[in-house]
Amino acid sequence: MSSTKTAMTFSRRSFIRTSSLASGGLLIGFNLFTACKDAIKPPKDLSKLDYKDFNAFIKIAETGEVTIFSPNPEIGQGVKTAMPMLIAEELDVAWKNVYVEQGILDTKNYTRQLAGGSQSIRHGWEPLRQTGATARQMLINAAAAKWGVDASECTTNEGVITNANGDTLGYGDVAKEAALLEVPENVTLKKVSDFKIIGTDTYNVDLDKIVTGKPLYGMDYKAEGMVYAAIIHPPAFGQKLVSFDAAEAKAVTGVEDVLKYKDNIVVIGKDTWTVFKAKKLIKAEWASDKDLESTEDHDKILTDILDGNKFDTRRSDGNIKKAFANADMVLERTYESPFLPHNCMEPMNFYANVTDDKIHLVGPIQTPEGTAKHVAHLLERNEEEVHLEMTRMGGGFGRRLFGTFVVEAAEISNMIKKPVKLVYSREDDMTAGIYRPAIKYRIKASVKEGKVTGYHLKEACINDNMYGLIPNFFPAGAVENYQVDTANYKSAITTGAWRAPYANFLSFSEQSFFDELAELMEVDPVQLRLDLLQNVKGTTDERIEYSPKRMEKVIKTAVEKSGWGTKQQDTYQGFVAYYCHNTHVAQVADIVVKNNEPVVKKITCVVDCGIVVNPLGALNQIEGGIVDGVGHAMYGNFSFKDGVPSDSNFNSYRLIRMNEVPEIGTHIIESELAPTGLGEPTLPPVGGAIANALKALTGKRIYKQPFINNPDLFKVPNKTIVG
Amino acid sequence: MPTYQLTVNGELKTVEVSKDMPVLWALRDYLDLVGTKFGCGIAQCGACTIHLEGTAIRSCSITMAQVEGKSITTIEGLSKDGEHPVQKAWKSVDVPQCGYCQAGQIMTASSFLAKNQSPSKQEIKDAMHGNICRCGAYKRICKAVEVAAEEIAEKA
Repeated sequence: MSSTKTAMTFSRRSFIRTSSLASGGLLIGFNLFTACKDAIKPPKDLSKLDYKDFNAFIKIAETGEVTIFSPNPEIGQGVKTAMPMLIAEELDVAWKNVYVEQGILDTKNYTRQLAGGSQSIRHGWEPLRQTGATARQMLINAAAAKWGVDASECTTNEGVITNANGDTLGYGDVAKEAALLEVPENVTLKKVSDFKIIGTDTYNVDLDKIVTGKPLYGMDYKAEGMVYAAIIHPPAFGQKLVSFDAAEAKAVTGVEDVLKYKDNIVVIGKDTWTVFKAKKLIKAEWASDKDLESTEDHDKILTDILDGNKFDTRRSDGNIKKAFANADMVLERTYESPFLPHNCMEPMNFYANVTDDKIHLVGPIQTPEGTAKHVAHLLERNEEEVHLEMTRMGGGFGRRLFGTFVVEAAEISNMIKKPVKLVYSREDDMTAGIYRPAIKYRIKASVKEGKVTGYHLKEACINDNMYGLIPNFFPAGAVENYQVDTANYKSAITTGAWRAPYANFLSFSEQSFFDELAELMEVDPVQLRLDLLQNVKGTTDERIEYSPKRMEKVIKTAVEKSGWGTKQQDTYQGFVAYYCHNTHVAQVADIVVKNNEPVVKKITCVVDCGIVVNPLGALNQIEGGIVDGVGHAMYGNFSFKDGVPSDSNFNSYRLIRMNEVPEIGTHIIESELAPTGLGEPTLPPVGGAIANALKALTGKRIYKQPFINNPDLFKVPNKTIVG
Repeated sequence: MPTYQLTVNGELKTVEVSKDMPVLWALRDYLDLVGTKFGCGIAQCGACTIHLEGTAIRSCSITMAQVEGKSITTIEGLSKDGEHPVQKAWKSVDVPQCGYCQAGQIMTASSFLAKNQSPSKQEIKDAMHGNICRCGAYKRICKAVEVAAEEIAEKA
């Protein structure tokens, strides 16, 4: 139950300080990598992304102002607010006196400068507080030395040190001396009950800038002498560039050049509109040496995989074959999901200036370190020559884990020897994506004498498979004979992580399945889950990821808060309980009928994510995850025909809008345990909750997303958006 | 290259750009007003919303030639120091997640509230329906419009 085992040790060796700041004052930091190397347990699919150095820096000016550098990229998940809160808490400064700045990529001093897997707060929880506490102790020690008193008699309060005589010194008064002192060992962290900042509603640190339109995002970045670039990728996945005619494009005023770049065409010009416009005037010929893929092909391929016997067994307990052979009842169902684009509101873009002395990169990227390394490697330069600045991101959802657009910007700059800003149009963004792969799950369970005796989960997926922790999610450990098998098909269509990878559809599949299994067994679906959890309590199986106790708590709380089973006749409910990203969530969907159509009226959501660092930000993540989950389960429809994506903009690709958002009732379990993930875990359960509620209403089950593709069950009015 | 004169946030501006350039790109690339965001380019997401003579429009789908001699307001000019009731409400409700769409949301909401000062929840939802928030902060957007409406109504 790793959610309760996030202990990381703090060692003196991993503490970094710099006393020779140009601005004066103290700059200290903490190397998380050295501290948590052994304990770190990243999700498997992110393991390729180079977990490395990380530092959280504090800068204390002589004036007493405190600047905290937030190490990790901000994609809207709120870490630029929450990570500095952890430092400020133990440093013991007033939050109103703290300035937060985005740290740059600094592989010497930082670890895991990454936004992904809902892990920033979980991994930063201990070390960031240690950083603050260590800095505080050094400031106390400096003040004590100045006064000639024992440090143990000194106390701090909001940036002021007081000794037994009542003398006071501000942090700024002793910052310089403090930086020269020995780094203390064994600093004591505050008790949870003493927290002043952690657990209090704290506003987004960029709020003022956001509401007044100040430059913040990669798209907003400009530099002297910068030109703009637009790119044409092959229209179909699997195609290569044969030739192109750019005469018309080059004739557009403001176009500087049109270049071939790998299998793409790049237009360089003096502004974004000019390069976008010129792009459309290029006539290109594309070719492919093999058949281009269509969703129909994938559909058949994935089914063939599930029907076949070539799988990797990812976990196997007992003997499922025996269980199925001896069963009183067997249930087998298949669930299907489409590809999904990420559709960050800020289309992909990046600034690059490749010169003889350095590679300057600025923009929105979830994986700055891995991307910088990749760029250095491709350009045959030293990693030290890359200077990467992270901007606030207009959404990530996993898309910006894959720095394809950064590489493109850098290589284009290298070709034209100029600072360049590469900007994707929405069409580029949606059609040259790193999509959530299409997946099919087949689940089979056996029941004997009223008990679930066997559970077999098979995954057929495009390009890749579930990460290694997932086979240990519920109901692993709860069913004696249990097996998870996976297989994939390598496609030319690029795929990757999409908010709550795998969990985002596996949850729908398994939670729909449990509902149907409960129906078959003639038990309440909640009771089925509670009964299964009983089998896991007291388990000695170290691999089991979830906590049966915490799962039971969220389930029981959701029953209570949603009025499960006690609702009036016109409300139909669906239940889900799911664990991912170290967080336990239970959700209940309420569906009512309005104008003869089912409407999702409310989602009740119960979350156990340990201690909540910033409740105001946490609620935004919880609600955002639910809205995202509702939207994509209902409308997320994306396919390919001969390698060409079905949709390229929001006129045909439907994202959830305000009118379609249900009421959301959130309940967070009070906890003194370390924080767990929150950017992703509320998304996966919601699709299943809605599907189960629809079953309660219509008597029919949904096995395929999006729900709008099941028009006999769920008619969704197609609303035209007038700009 | 033709020259266009228009009033932007109360100041007369002259811009030399191609006549088909959408106002969005003139603002962003030539007038250094990057608060107005590019989202879709086809008037479907609302990220680029500005006011033309006080009314919310999608700046990605109106050209410089069409606004010649007219007056536009962008997020940067909605108020001094972010003190417009809608901006204040956005802050008090802590609306943004990634924040990218919020300038457009604020511009749509402020134009709407200038015309309807006591909107029902459904009227708010209908008015904001054209603005996508990919992070799904819709509940807070709706709440912030209600909070702003109250302040505007109190002042009126």
